[in-house]
Amino acid sequence: MEQSQSDSSQPRSESSLSRSESSLSRRDALAALSALGMSATAGCGARAPQGGSDDEGGKENKRRMEVESTVQTYVAVAEVVYPTTLSGIETFVRSFIAARLDREERGTAMRDAVTELQTVADEWYDSSFESLAPETRDSLLRELGVDEADEDPDGTVSARVRFYVVNELLLALYSSPTGGELVGIENPQGHPGGTDTYQRGPSR
Amino acid sequence: MSRRRQPSENVDVCVVGAGPAGALVAARLAEQGYKVVVLDAGPRFNPEDRLKRQERALRPAYDRPAVWDGDPKRDAHTASGEWFYPLNHARVKGIGGSTLHWQGMVMRLHQDDFASASERGAGVDWPIEYEDLQPYYAEAEQELGVAGGMDNPYAPPREGPFPMAPFEPSYSDSLFAEACAELGIDMHSVPNARNSEPYDGRSECVAYGTCQPVCPSGAKYDATVHIERAESHGATVIDRAPVQRLDHGSESVEAAVYVTPEGERHRQKAEMFVVACGGVETPRLLLLSESEQYPNGLANSSGLVGKYFMDHLFAGTGGVLDEPTRQNHVGFLTSGSHQFYDDADEDVGPFKLEFFNYAGPSPVELALSGDDWGDDLLGRLGEEYGNHVAVGGLVEQLPREDSYIGLDREQTDSHGNPVPDVHWNVGERALQTIERANEVQERILRELGAEITWQAGPDSTGPAYHHMGTTRMGTNPAESVVDPTLQTHDLANCWLVGSSVFPTGGAMNPTLTIAALAVRAADSLAEAL
Ligand SMILES: Cc1cc2nc3c(=O)[nH]c(=O)nc-3n(C[C@H](O)[C@H](O)[C@H](O)COP(=O)(O)OP(=O)(O)OC[C@H]3O[C@@H](n4cnc5c(N)ncnc54)[C@H](O)[C@@H]3O)c2cc1C
Ligand code: SF4
Repeated sequence: MEQSQSDSSQPRSESSLSRSESSLSRRDALAALSALGMSATAGCGARAPQGGSDDEGGKENKRRMEVESTVQTYVAVAEVVYPTTLSGIETFVRSFIAARLDREERGTAMRDAVTELQTVADEWYDSSFESLAPETRDSLLRELGVDEADEDPDGTVSARVRFYVVNELLLALYSSPTGGELVGIENPQGHPGGTDTYQRGPSR
Repeated sequence: MSRRRQPSENVDVCVVGAGPAGALVAARLAEQGYKVVVLDAGPRFNPEDRLKRQERALRPAYDRPAVWDGDPKRDAHTASGEWFYPLNHARVKGIGGSTLHWQGMVMRLHQDDFASASERGAGVDWPIEYEDLQPYYAEAEQELGVAGGMDNPYAPPREGPFPMAPFEPSYSDSLFAEACAELGIDMHSVPNARNSEPYDGRSECVAYGTCQPVCPSGAKYDATVHIERAESHGATVIDRAPVQRLDHGSESVEAAVYVTPEGERHRQKAEMFVVACGGVETPRLLLLSESEQYPNGLANSSGLVGKYFMDHLFAGTGGVLDEPTRQNHVGFLTSGSHQFYDDADEDVGPFKLEFFNYAGPSPVELALSGDDWGDDLLGRLGEEYGNHVAVGGLVEQLPREDSYIGLDREQTDSHGNPVPDVHWNVGERALQTIERANEVQERILRELGAEITWQAGPDSTGPAYHHMGTTRMGTNPAESVVDPTLQTHDLANCWLVGSSVFPTGGAMNPTLTIAALAVRAADSLAEAL
């Protein structure tokens, strides 16, 4: 417990929500990649299709469509789990998620979790997840128990959706300057924002 | 690196353990042209993976030991003392050792810490004085790269400035400064083994804020620095090679017996052996090396191997203000107070105070562990983050024979060896010291106008993860395990380096003293070779 503390924090009287509207920038996307353990250059998006036979071209097309559908689901979840005051969500999610999905084991597990979520939407609502209204997406996630689940890469569907989908998105946002600034910390943990910010007083 | 993990021929020094103690000895001797082999129980971590480890540090699915691939079977242990000891949160096995996870606060012990019995009427005196160690402290600060200021009026005498300028005080330090000025409490900078500017080929701190347990930028010192230096001077470093025992004759160690991941068993012979496995595994390896000749374990004619296990205890008080306090931008401290340290006597030990820059929860961690999202989550983050303050501190625990590291013969690790039993007993003086530290902390927080919301006091304290005392240094072979050069009294070619040799612990984090002793031991080894 070196210099850590075992406090349970109490609610505080004053909120530091200083702005009503924030938007995510490219800087945030790069920051998110860094917090998520990816180098910035890896974030250039899904690979371009390779040339080759029709068959290969067909496979590549299919793969791209699958990736696109996964990305759309991430965007659709982000619209639920990110604050409503935030704009630029789709660009932000697109800027880091492709590189995350490209990784061997982790990317596959992320795609699998999304497929399970899509299957649930299909079975329960006879619709794709992203075509559901945001309130329905929200209640679907809650009915699936994702809100109460502790994230776990090897757990139940709800724990995996929490780990690979919801928390993936929350980690990216709240370790980025814009996510941090929503709560009054422009250099949150996970973001290498330099040694000036800790010295600064609050901006009022 | 030896790919096949084979032993080498004609080795001058075999170092067991690649934490800062072993790595520094290895680097210093390899630089002088000696043939050195380092064996470490844990893996060599890929520096490229640090951001992935940082993600583990932030995500609730992983506990702290998992950040550095802790393995519960390999690292099995018990804790039979009055106080539970969470050993695997308190160490890392691998190239770099526990400094991979550490905080990186590096203070020198005070002069009176070396003379606790004579000056404070408690504990024992060290067989060396501050002045003996002072030049080595200076070298250790260069080796680790320490950023610190000359503004601490309570620090022991210094020969010159620190290698790097100190980190500037934080915004919350400025809030504390007003309260402390009112109370007549002096604040000063904290020395950090962390780059305030580029140093030794490593980046300056870029404020990732996850220092404990992982610094992705390399700005925080860790012992991979000295392992790399040792290797660049020809040392062989073998990872995943846990030493099972030290084979020995009556006067000397002959070989370190290690196993490889493939299950092969090898013997590394050498002229000299340095055991630098940390304050728990060093005594354990000696105890595991029992023989007909030494039925109580190696280097244990005093019967004191494993005895006098000490840690520092944490005292802390925290609360909330009705204004923003700007916490959790960085994961290290910039201000402390050593004003009360040398008031120590028989009843109250030395303690130091630290002004937190990471009081209260960090938003990203809160975000990943709630039952909410969207606007509700943002509302909760706004309520829970932003106005916390805390004053922490470490206090001294005295050496006691009934606080010890033993072998638990009922349980074995993944190699079939009895696991270490951390039998940790604390004692009254440490608890009284915590109370005293708490009083000062409360005064400061009250003056600041804080509502106090938590306290780590005598009943809720915990260890600081500094394992000391278990192979103590002394001049009398009946009362100590190593002599003042860190050579064991019993075996001429066996040296023990680390905080296990501390006769008392003071209340300063131990690693700068470990490093100073390691540099000094390397000199003595070179003389003996
Ligand atoms: C969370 C945390 C925060 C800390 N913060 C600070 C701080 O701010 N300031 C400070 O001064 N100290 C701090 N410390 C303590 C510091 O990390 C230790 O004092 C230091 O690392 C000890 O160095 P060492 O080389 O003796 O042992 P270690 O660093 O523990 O290294 C021992 C090495 O030996 C190896 N080993 C063990 N047994 C065997 C065997 N049988 N065969 C082969 N190899 C073996 C291990 O794998 C390990 O790599 C902190 C520790 C922790 C856990
Ligand atoms: S704050 Fe500095 S030392 Fe700590 S993790 Fe970040 S870069 Fe490393």
